[in-house]
Amino acid sequence: MRLHDFPWRIGVGGALLGLFAVIAILAPVLAPYDPFAISGPPLVPPNSSYLFGTDMLGRDVLSGMIHGARVSLVVGLVSALCSAVIGITVGAIAGYFGGAVDRALVRFTEFFQVIPSFMFVILLVAILTPSLGSIVAAISLVIWPPVARLVRSEFMTLKTREFVEAARSLGLSHGAVIVREILPNAMPPVLAVGSLMVATAILTEASLSFLGLADPNMISWGYMIGSARSVFRQAWWLSIFPGLMLFLTVFAITLLSEGLGDKTNPNLRGNQPGL
Amino acid sequence: MALLSVRDLKVALPAGGDRTYAVDGVSMEIDRGETLCVVGESGSGKSLTASAIVGLMPSRSLKVAGGSILFEGRDTLRMSARELRALRGGRIGFVFQDPLSSLNPLERIGKQVSEMLRQHNWHGDRRRRVIEMLAAVQLPSPETLVEAYPWQLSGGQRQRVMIATALAAEPSLLIADEPTSALDVTTQAQILALLRDLTKRNGTSLFFITHDFGVVAEMADRVAVMRGGKLVEYGTRNAVLYQPREDYTRRLLGSVPPLEAGPARPAGETILRAAGLEKSWVTRAGMFRPGRTVNALRNVSFELGRGNTLAVVGESGSGKSTLARVLMRLIDADAGRVELAGISGNYLDLRSRELTALRQKVQMVFQDPYASLNPRRRIGAAIAQGPLTHGEDRETVRRHVLGLLARVRLDSSAAERYPNEFSGGQRQRIAIARALAMRPRVLIADEAVSALDVSVQAEILTLLQDIQREEGLSMVFVTHDLRVAARMADQIIVMQSGMIVEHGAMEEVLSAPKHSYTAKLINAVPQLSSAEAAEPPSNILELKK
Repeated sequence: MRLHDFPWRIGVGGALLGLFAVIAILAPVLAPYDPFAISGPPLVPPNSSYLFGTDMLGRDVLSGMIHGARVSLVVGLVSALCSAVIGITVGAIAGYFGGAVDRALVRFTEFFQVIPSFMFVILLVAILTPSLGSIVAAISLVIWPPVARLVRSEFMTLKTREFVEAARSLGLSHGAVIVREILPNAMPPVLAVGSLMVATAILTEASLSFLGLADPNMISWGYMIGSARSVFRQAWWLSIFPGLMLFLTVFAITLLSEGLGDKTNPNLRGNQPGL
Repeated sequence: MALLSVRDLKVALPAGGDRTYAVDGVSMEIDRGETLCVVGESGSGKSLTASAIVGLMPSRSLKVAGGSILFEGRDTLRMSARELRALRGGRIGFVFQDPLSSLNPLERIGKQVSEMLRQHNWHGDRRRRVIEMLAAVQLPSPETLVEAYPWQLSGGQRQRVMIATALAAEPSLLIADEPTSALDVTTQAQILALLRDLTKRNGTSLFFITHDFGVVAEMADRVAVMRGGKLVEYGTRNAVLYQPREDYTRRLLGSVPPLEAGPARPAGETILRAAGLEKSWVTRAGMFRPGRTVNALRNVSFELGRGNTLAVVGESGSGKSTLARVLMRLIDADAGRVELAGISGNYLDLRSRELTALRQKVQMVFQDPYASLNPRRRIGAAIAQGPLTHGEDRETVRRHVLGLLARVRLDSSAAERYPNEFSGGQRQRIAIARALAMRPRVLIADEAVSALDVSVQAEILTLLQDIQREEGLSMVFVTHDLRVAARMADQIIVMQSGMIVEHGAMEEVLSAPKHSYTAKLINAVPQLSSAEAAEPPSNILELKK
């Protein structure tokens, strides 16, 4: 096996993401302090007792970062999952049936694409009042169109393949053909794009929190960076460390997504003898 | 001295492949003005040999591991990249299989041909030379054609353009890799005649790769038969075709169905009757072009008797695949009726929920065994899918599947494996088993053997005939290949632009076609002529010992 055949992207991305998941799950155990409690003097630079310093109220930045992982990962994964469900359903139906159904669903998808997405999210969260649920709902509602378009195009090519015709001539219902024959073959590229959507969702959540539209009961990286912007010149550690976490998470997800994309793209597969 | 002389050529496969050498110790020669046909089944290394001559390996993992290739006295294996570039197109022209993908879709025809001349520093008027070449390949009005784009040309015309390009710089060798395999049989006949005339007239040598012995018989001075990277047999056309020394060559020749049919078998009562089928496709009007209506089926009617086989023959675009799909209810006809014994009335009127009865009586085997099996489903599950959908219980189906695998001569362990572990012929057996799992009365085969090598094709045809005889199946056999049709069918319908132009017993249509189009089709089939001579005279056999 040559070096570039080794899926290092999947390895590194998966390992990083796994690490963040463990941190998020074990947050109460790992965090040295309650992230909302005043645990020391304000604006202490990083030192041995406060590894990443404290903020202007004297809350521990490290504890905030550890707890922040929860919000980011939950928002990222749940929104990506919800939007994948919407996107796959819309795309599969549009691509498989074609004709008027397709035109109607494509118009519907475009309706969501032409609204500036971030404004739409802000609007939705503001109307629904910021909470974890409303943030996830708003993000899912905005990021599904690319999935729908991708699934639609996959279905449009796959439905003309002979194995699909064979399944139809065996008497399988439309539902069975869509779910059991075409969907498994359409999934690899969706998986790659879907993992990228996790990153989009995390960044959108961070931007919302930065603007103050965060769930008031949960600390998040975006919120930490947002509240630190007024003291950025005096206390760089308040925004740099949460920012670094955000960067690493998105980086890990992007690596994973690219790795999955390469792995599922037959043009990039190495020579497989015997095939 | 020979123009091209390949000596003991070896091309290594990457480690871990199914064999060490893709091309293993091949030697062959072409004299000036001579045509060498290289024949072999897929994976025999025939295309790789051609690639090696001009230093164009399709993948970096393939490397020439030994031997020499002397072209006009110089070893091309030792040439620099610059020398090879001058060689390609200049001294050695190339024509590939697929005329659709070998022309740049965004450039005008004239520019593409003249690009070759520019690359090789043609002295003289390039435009005149281009028009001269387009005229030489018998394209209509070459002066206006230079302004055309590839999409405005038919497949045969594009292949003519490719030949014009390849011959423009007056190469001494033309390498043609399956140049007619993607073309209809009448177009193929024209292209073959053209290649023969042009190369003989200019004294150009031709290195012709093909899998079709009929083409070999028409083109070759010398023949090289390859198998698994090795040269099996090499000699003059008559020696190889009519007095083959090797078993493998004999087997290949024996696999080519003769272009003659026996008398029709007695037919039972009518099992399938189609009348007045109509189907047209309407392309939507664009901003700059009006919508077009393509008639895929025009008043198509036929009858199929129990236990008989009806061949549906035609060139691409004749509507024969549309017919198969309409009969299968995969697409809806615009008008007409189809009656099937055991279903009352016109089954084209059944609603999709009521199709179960039809699905259990009519099944289909598709063209491409690589596309007709779901890559993510195990073989056993694929075959069981139909019966399970129709509510048979699992244990019965499991036993039925194992029986079917044995039936199509596959090991029962195949049930647990995925399609990518099987060869094309094995996959087609699986597809047949899947169709049989529904216990159909009528089997529709849509070009079911076109994608297969000739020896595998023969096996599948035999299998289908055996199954037909044992099960009393009736078959609709859609094919573009008259030889295959002749071997399989009792009755034939010949289609052209959606219409049936001739209809009758296979034997009579072959020996005395009534319609001129049928006669044209039959004449266009490359003749092996005395292919019966595949049995060698005894003295040759003794020589071999």
